[in-house]
Amino acid sequence: MSEDIKPRVRVQTKAKKGELVEVKTLVTHPMESGQRKNADGKLIPRLIVSAFDATYNGKQVMSAKLEPAVSTNPYLSFFVRVDESGTLKLTWTDDNKQSWTSETKIEVA
Amino acid sequence: MTHSRSSTLGRRAALARAGGYGLAAIAGVLAARDAAATPDSARDWLSVFAKGSPQSGKVSIKAPEIAENGNAVPVTVSVESEMTEKSYVKALHVAADGNPNPGVASYSFTPLAGKAEVQLRVRLSQTQKLVAVAEMNDGALFVVSREVKVTIGGCGG
Repeated sequence: MSEDIKPRVRVQTKAKKGELVEVKTLVTHPMESGQRKNADGKLIPRLIVSAFDATYNGKQVMSAKLEPAVSTNPYLSFFVRVDESGTLKLTWTDDNKQSWTSETKIEVA
Repeated sequence: MTHSRSSTLGRRAALARAGGYGLAAIAGVLAARDAAATPDSARDWLSVFAKGSPQSGKVSIKAPEIAENGNAVPVTVSVESEMTEKSYVKALHVAADGNPNPGVASYSFTPLAGKAEVQLRVRLSQTQKLVAVAEMNDGALFVVSREVKVTIGGCGG
């Protein structure tokens, strides 16, 4: 199951100095809420992506804590102000402490 | 004979009634579970992060007025701020007051974000209010709420 989980990131790779760049991300993750029951009437244990973190050139941009109320395949978009070329590093962590990272280079002209 | 018969009936009736009460009690428990989050519990959840009394303004929630499918309701939350070292949004918390659990997500920002705006997709189990609280770097709190009508709830059964 976890093999299918992969982050997708959409962000422009070229920007002007000081530009606000929108980052759109999505992880294919079931986000099992812990509220659903299986065919035997037992609760399916919770398994969600609970933490998200974004850094640019190692500097913290934003982070998020997610609850089960976030939909399956959690979509998240936010902004980053780019003053220099660098690498945008995104990290997702789920309840099992399994994590996925994605790195995107942004070139500032 | 007649006596014992009537007592049997009486017992049956009593059992049926007890069963009825049992069902009612179960229904009550289920209803209570479904409505676990209330405006109060949402406020409690938010108050863990945001201590103090928030004022209105600065924060806005963009969400559909009527969401046909509660499984994924697109929501945009934004906060007016310059996002400079002097003045920026430190944290943003989103709660839903009619879900089994009130919490939705909480974000923290640095001035590097440039703009305090996030988009996400939310599960809503029923028609309810979304509440967002923003915490500025100087400790000021701002709150906004917005009702979303949900046609088909999205929390699974």
